[in-house]
Amino acid sequence: MAFIPHTAADVAAMLAAIGVARIEDLFAEIPPELRVKSLAGVPEALNEMEIGRLMSARARADGIALSFLGAGAYEHHIPAAVWAITTRGEFYSAYTPYQAEASQGTLQLIYEFQSMIAGLTGMEVANASMYDGASATAEAALMAVRANRKSRSARILVPQTLHPHYRQVAVTTASNQGLKFEELPYGTHDGITAADALARYEGQDVTALVIQQPNFFGRLEEVDALTDWAHARGILVIAVVNPTSLALLKPPGEWGARGADIAVGEGQPLGVPLSSGGPYFGFMTTRMEYVRQMPGRIVGRTVDSTGREGFTLTLQAREQHIRRARATSNICTNQGLLMTAATVYLSLLGPQGLMRTAAAAHARTRELVTALTRVAGVRAAFAAPCFHEAVLQLDRPVAPVLEALAVRGILGGLDLAGYYPELGHALLVCATETKTSADIERYRSVLTEAMQSVRAA
Amino acid sequence: MTAREKVIFEYSRAGRGALDQWPAPVAAAALGDLPAGLRRQRPPLLPEVGELEAVRHFTRLSQLNFSIDTHFYPLGSCTMKYNPKACNQYAMLPEFLARHPLAPESQGQGVLACLYELQEMLQAVSGMEGVALSPMAGAHGEFAGVAMIRAYHRARGDLKRNEIIVPEAAHGTNPATATMCGCVVREIPVTGSGDIDLEALKAVVGPQTAGIMLTNPSTLGVFERSIAAVARIVHEAGGLLYYDGANLNAILGMVRPGDMGFDVIHMNLHKTFSTPHGGGGPGAGAVGVGARLLPFLPVPVVGKAGERYRWLTEADLPQSIGRLSAFMGNTGVLLRAYIYMRMLGREGMRQVGEYATLNANYLLKCLQDAGFDAAYPQRRASHEFIVTLKRQARELNVTAMDFAKRLLDYGFHAPTTYFPLLVPECLLIEPTETETKDTLDAFVAAMVRIQGEAEHEPSRVTSAPHTMPVRRLDDVRAARQLDLTWKPTAQP
Repeated sequence: MAFIPHTAADVAAMLAAIGVARIEDLFAEIPPELRVKSLAGVPEALNEMEIGRLMSARARADGIALSFLGAGAYEHHIPAAVWAITTRGEFYSAYTPYQAEASQGTLQLIYEFQSMIAGLTGMEVANASMYDGASATAEAALMAVRANRKSRSARILVPQTLHPHYRQVAVTTASNQGLKFEELPYGTHDGITAADALARYEGQDVTALVIQQPNFFGRLEEVDALTDWAHARGILVIAVVNPTSLALLKPPGEWGARGADIAVGEGQPLGVPLSSGGPYFGFMTTRMEYVRQMPGRIVGRTVDSTGREGFTLTLQAREQHIRRARATSNICTNQGLLMTAATVYLSLLGPQGLMRTAAAAHARTRELVTALTRVAGVRAAFAAPCFHEAVLQLDRPVAPVLEALAVRGILGGLDLAGYYPELGHALLVCATETKTSADIERYRSVLTEAMQSVRAA
Repeated sequence: MTAREKVIFEYSRAGRGALDQWPAPVAAAALGDLPAGLRRQRPPLLPEVGELEAVRHFTRLSQLNFSIDTHFYPLGSCTMKYNPKACNQYAMLPEFLARHPLAPESQGQGVLACLYELQEMLQAVSGMEGVALSPMAGAHGEFAGVAMIRAYHRARGDLKRNEIIVPEAAHGTNPATATMCGCVVREIPVTGSGDIDLEALKAVVGPQTAGIMLTNPSTLGVFERSIAAVARIVHEAGGLLYYDGANLNAILGMVRPGDMGFDVIHMNLHKTFSTPHGGGGPGAGAVGVGARLLPFLPVPVVGKAGERYRWLTEADLPQSIGRLSAFMGNTGVLLRAYIYMRMLGREGMRQVGEYATLNANYLLKCLQDAGFDAAYPQRRASHEFIVTLKRQARELNVTAMDFAKRLLDYGFHAPTTYFPLLVPECLLIEPTETETKDTLDAFVAAMVRIQGEAEHEPSRVTSAPHTMPVRRLDDVRAARQLDLTWKPTAQP
């Protein structure tokens, strides 16, 4: 019964101790007219066997397709040890480590996480994680407004090549505080932010420039030139990066002459299952000089009263439970369990394993693009280089092709028609190390049939 | 408790690795298309360890934690109830884990059915007209709620309303959220008996009032008896009522926020609906709304047409406050809450409210009988209550923090300390319904022993804890000599 362990004798003894006759008497302070009349919308209870049967049936109904979807969530191999460790009750059922002496495991793990994320991004300091990559990007924009004291405009330049959902989340999150997001166009021929798009901002007050690398199309932006352009004009640079790619690509801490000022991203590729979109985690890093403007929890290493090393939450004067209305953000939680998974994942992969994963994913995507562009009516939308994701151009509408593929058990990628109509019949595809040559060949062969079944536009 | 565990980088040896976990290497030529100027020059600083070393290291770290699975964890306002294993196991079925967030709805009818029914059940227990599941934590739900209140006023062309009223005992997230939404915060006092000061409320409401943020039972652990009057005053002034669902466990199945007059609510699924706290997350902060705010719900929401489930987006809800997460919030957390609610069922919901309240009142009475002072002795406890150690601090020079630290030595996680701020030397204690009478009795016995120590051997208490992996930590040094990342040089 509702995981309540009380025996009848317990209840009787407890009521006697309190001095009331019935549990009902404990609710005497609640005005009777407010009491619940009906919970008709809640069904009768299921026991563990029954709920297991129901959930298994629903899971089976969804099945597991052969997927070539990416677009901000990536299928990678997750070592068995990652979730075996992460679901240990001592991590799974612990609270935020406010009582440091009884939470050294979580605290040290966060310190290790911060170290790994700082190492990966080449940045000086990381926090204990944010909700997801999109919300981390929005918080980075708010942080940039606090950090860039020379700028008064709260104008943030956002390339259209930033994930469309991230742009939407930024507007939802930050526009109530007066931030203005202005979109930078990209070249429809090359899929990267157009250098001449920046020219119109010469001499204007701009707070920050967002750069996603690789961008939403998988294309590689000219990060050095963009970063230096911004810094020369007193504009802060917010990098949005894929953590797997950082094994191969220049880390944001090394972009341009000075490096990015804030780097954020979606942590899901680091050991977190796709799970229909969450829970994931966002990571956030910055320069030491801006650490007091950073939102979210931060763990520091210190000593105890006997001089012994230990870990504790620090710089809490930034946070809502201390500063209330003047806090850097209302964020309270981090994505502790996912950050735990990522720390175990990065420990198992290390620099070499992550490099192999990134390289294998990239090689598979190139193989995929080569295979699919052999199909009549399919070509690559942009010239290389990409990282582990690419846009294909079809000679007919993408949606019915994807439907025909889905019927044959293949999720062929993301139709960009709703997001980027100017690209025509564009399809975003991705392959990671989880795809074999046989999988790619199967996609090619089924795509050939699917293209034939859908009339050309 | 085991001894200090090294930082994982200290185990690192060049060339070591968990090789069985890695994909096969690819030829360098496969990377030939990546321009040299965009490539990484030096490998990232990550540990190089074998699988067993990693497993041992993280297992040892886990053993340095208190958790619900290992210890009584009566943290007030946090609802540290048992997290049933079935909820984790069935939310982690391979098909649920493998599903891509952008996979078509035709390949997600199973998970969408669960989410849709979760919306319906949350609507039923909150008494609201619509629910959205995408906020990823309590504070995120608060943000969604206040943003909806603002959007509602703006849609009516009422642009002056930018003040959010917050009782002084509120969670820190409430005023911080109001600021995030571009509002000004007005704090109001509570009376000596723990109810909102209605005269102070009347004095601050006006044409600038966007709304009020409340939880009921309040953070003082008592039911806000004048809630109907509060609702009337705020509504008559043109403002809306926001319910912070942090304390929903107390009234689950007994009272519904919608029936109390609230217009919008967020529910911490990681509290009332027993999804794991995970050492600080992930949470889930579903929002429920009354009829006036329905058009403004954040997207996506799960809709149903005939027997098919589908995502509702801005095309369906053009006045939505927008998107809060890259995809669909913390779906895996939502599945755990769904499983828990189905296992409880209608009757179980009511039992949660009943037994959470029974446990709190029993524990309060036992502590009072043992000589401890309740902050609101004339009031009935809800699911939690406040003990004040003001007397011990004054007479014995032993503080609430000292008691909290000494409890760790007795194998109990400390209650919430020094919150709410307006009660001096307070412990906010929330036992939850999943604890046995025996555990509560053992906690009382520990408190009695600590009281004895405070009287006869106070240094034992003021220097606690003695049995944890570390003693009290130097927080000032942590903040002044920032050491936030491990560095290969300058190790002790």
